[in-house]
This record gives sequence, structure tokens and C-alpha cells, in this order.
Amino acid sequence: IDDVGHKYHLELVLEDVLDKDSTVNCTAEVLYHLGNKNIAPAVQFTIEGELKNTDEADNIFYSRIKSLEKELVAENIPDSHGSVSPEMEPIRLLAQVASGYVIWQNSTENTKFQLAQIKHVKQVKRSDDCLEFDYMILLHEMVSQEIIPWQMTVLWHPQHGVQVTQDSCQPKHALE
Amino acid sequence: HQVLRIKTRNEEEVQKLQLLESLEHLELDFWINPSTPALPVDVRIPANSVQAVKAFLESHGIAYSILIEDLQVVLDKEKQDMAYSQQRDRSSNSFNYGTYHSLDSIYAELDHLASEYSNIVSKLQIGESYEKRPLYVLKFSTGGSNRPAIWIDAGIHSREWVTQASAIWIAKKIASDYGKDPSLTSLLNKMDVFLLTVSNPDGYVFTHTTNRMWRKTRSKNQGSRCVGVDPNRNWDAGFGGPGASNNPCSDSYRGPSANSEVEVKSVVNFIKNHGNIRAFLTLHSYSQLLMYPYGYKCTEPADYAELDALGRAAAGSIQSLYGTTFTVGSICTTI
Repeated sequence: IDDVGHKYHLELVLEDVLDKDSTVNCTAEVLYHLGNKNIAPAVQFTIEGELKNTDEADNIFYSRIKSLEKELVAENIPDSHGSVSPEMEPIRLLAQVASGYVIWQNSTENTKFQLAQIKHVKQVKRSDDCLEFDYMILLHEMVSQEIIPWQMTVLWHPQHGVQVTQDSCQPKHALE
Repeated sequence: HQVLRIKTRNEEEVQKLQLLESLEHLELDFWINPSTPALPVDVRIPANSVQAVKAFLESHGIAYSILIEDLQVVLDKEKQDMAYSQQRDRSSNSFNYGTYHSLDSIYAELDHLASEYSNIVSKLQIGESYEKRPLYVLKFSTGGSNRPAIWIDAGIHSREWVTQASAIWIAKKIASDYGKDPSLTSLLNKMDVFLLTVSNPDGYVFTHTTNRMWRKTRSKNQGSRCVGVDPNRNWDAGFGGPGASNNPCSDSYRGPSANSEVEVKSVVNFIKNHGNIRAFLTLHSYSQLLMYPYGYKCTEPADYAELDALGRAAAGSIQSLYGTTFTVGSICTTI
């Protein structure tokens, strides 16, 4: 679109990562802005049908974290061999969702990001009902092949969903 | 979910349990149905109904014990055990092909394979890495002299661990399937296979000791703090072109000049000296892509039609095993 950018019309199928047989059709429009690469691409989408209800699993996870005596701390999820312990699965899934937001905000037509690993995660005490986690994640960018450390603060509540309240790209040597 | 074992003492108690069975909203799953007082009754109870059921049993004085406190824990452990034993099934003697290994462990297994299958497997050294680690190639051959050959390498990018692991498994399969699998047997009767299981041993060791995400070689770059060259941008084909960086700190740094990396030069020398290599395969992860030239330009190679047909046939074969899908195409159009 002259003077505006590139618009893509997409028809895609969403697949539940926890249940490969559960799929949902989706149509979307993505607009990459010309010029200013600091604006996230504009996205509009419609989903055919409903997403699965996850209340039971959400509440179990929520209760478990709420009942911990000390704030949760963990690192290297998955580990070098690709393993994730069952207790850390929800922590990883939460990071997957939150990193989706970070990736969206930082994507251009020439990037392809994937969450590679959670380097470190620390729960932050809160006075309200929400759970807060401070993550240091590694994003893999396919085109440049770079591994980019990224810090993100994630808020979550079973009824209120996920929110990334703060995120920032970290210098590469934060790794070594 | 809990599983309870209920000991009924008489017909009356059995009937009470049958009443419980009829209450559908409790969603009880009887593993052993109430039928006679002689047999225990085992029932799986969803979390929401546990309290109600226990209250019912206690108020009627019916004895029960907890068989399984939390069924999910049992299922999770079973899943872990199954994964573990699937790994063990793939192991022979002391080498577990179903798990990742250190460089030393892989190198030891190369020797083991060369000795166990000495009639068709031999180990060659084609050079040394920057940090002076040997570069070992396994040669699979049933004889002849300089037969047409297939080259396979893995681990050129050290963090792509599944490739080195796949390579050593491929070695095992080729060696053990010769004489059993018809197509492999006929292949080896006419052609040789050369397999470089760890193309970048310095990088591989670094991923174990220091940085799991290391990709490049470990060579020092003059005038820069940053270490390493992307060996897969160091070839003398379209060197310095698109897809490579001239920044030593980049993970796709092409290096000061083509073949500057000893790991790459060693492979080039081997291939050129052999003179009869007919196919060159290189393993990378991740993405499940099966690709042919070119990457640095978008023109079709001369044998495009054959390469594409071969790629599609291979992808079809791979899919037939476990349903794994690979996308086929040229590097330019696929990546």
C-alpha cells in the first residue's frame, strides 16, 4: 500500500500445543508499517469457533504458586537436553505466551523469532491477587541466527489473563 | 484424582455402592465394579467429588483406603519412565543413542563402531580443529577403489545438538543394517558413505562447558573481542554474499576469507582429493526443512528437477515412518 506499508491477508490454522488434534481456523490481516520500524505490525484477526476452556488447569497452577512458602525461582527451562520438569511446564507455557507479545512488538518482515529458552525466572511478591514473574529469556532470531537475551515482567491471573508490563532487550554478553 | 479401594462387608454395603455408581454427576469411574462383598471395589474419583464420596462412605460406616493419592503424579512418572526406557531401547552395551553425549563419548563410540563392524566401517582423520581436536570421518565401504561416494556431515553449528546425535545413530544404523536392509545393502555394494559426525568439535565442547547456544567455531578474530566464524558462511561459494555478516560479533560472521576456518578447509581438501563425491548432505536444526541449492542466489541449479523429485521422495519416506513432515524446496525459496 503506497506510502503506508505492506499488508498481508492470512488464512491459518491454530493448533493447541497441548493437544495436537485440537485445531481452530483463523483469518488475519497483518500490516507492516513503512519506514518507522519501531512500531509493531498492526494485527487484526477472527477465530472460527472457541478456544478450549483451561479454567481447571489454570486454577490448579494458580493455587500451587499461591501456596508456595518461598517465591519461585528457576533457571534453564528447558535444560541443555531439552527437558522440562512437570512442575515447570506451566512456567514455560506462560513464558511462551508472554514472549509472543514481545515477539509481536519487535517483528518486521525480515525477522522470525522463536523462544529458545528461559534462562532465569523469579517470582515477584505482590500484595494483590495477581502472580508476577520476572523472566530472562533467550529469543532466537532465524534470519540473523542471533540469540538475544530479553528481560520481561509478566503478570497473570486465571481470570485476567497474561500481561507483559515491562520488557527490554539485553546486551549479548549478558550470556557469557 | 484419587483412587479408593472400598472393602464391603455385606450385600447391603454393595447395594449402597451401586447407588453411588448411579449418581452420574459425581463422574465416578469404577475400576472394579461393586458386585459381591467378596471382592474389593476400586473407584477413580475426580477431585471435585472426593470429599462428597468420602463423606458418604464414612457416614455409612463403609471402610476404604486410598490406593492412589494423586493419579496425575502416577501418570507423569509413567510418561517419564516410558521416555527413559525408549532411550534405553536405543542403546547398545554402554552407549545410549537416545540421549545427548559429550564429544569424548561420541568419539569413543566412533572407535567402537569401527571395531564392531570392521568389515565395513573404518575411521579416518581429515584434519584438526582450531583448538587442535581431531576431525574424524567414518568411512562405510564394502571394497573397491575410490568408489563413487556420498558425504554426510553434522554439527557444523555446534548448538544444533540433535544433528550430532542423529549422525552417530545414522552410523549405527548403516553399520547394523548392511546385509539386512535391501536398499542400504545394494547402495553400499556400489557406493561408499563418508560421515563426519562432529564438524565443529571446538564449538561442541563449548556448548557443553560454557554456552549451550554457541554456533560458530572458536577461532580468534584479529582486531575484535568477539570469537568465532560461522563455518556455514565460510565456504567458497558466493562468499560474502547475502545471508552472511562481515561483523565478527555476529552469529553469521563469514570470516576474514573463504575457507579461513580449518574445520571448513579440512572438508574441502578431503572432498577435492577424493574426487568422486556424488552427493553432499549436511544436517542442521531446527525446522524440518529438506533443501537444495542455492542459498546465496535464487537461480535454479542445473539439476533442479532431479533434486526436487529426490527431495519430495525423501520427505515422503520420512513421513511414512512417524508422520514427521519436512518442507521441500530450494534454500532461497524455503528459508
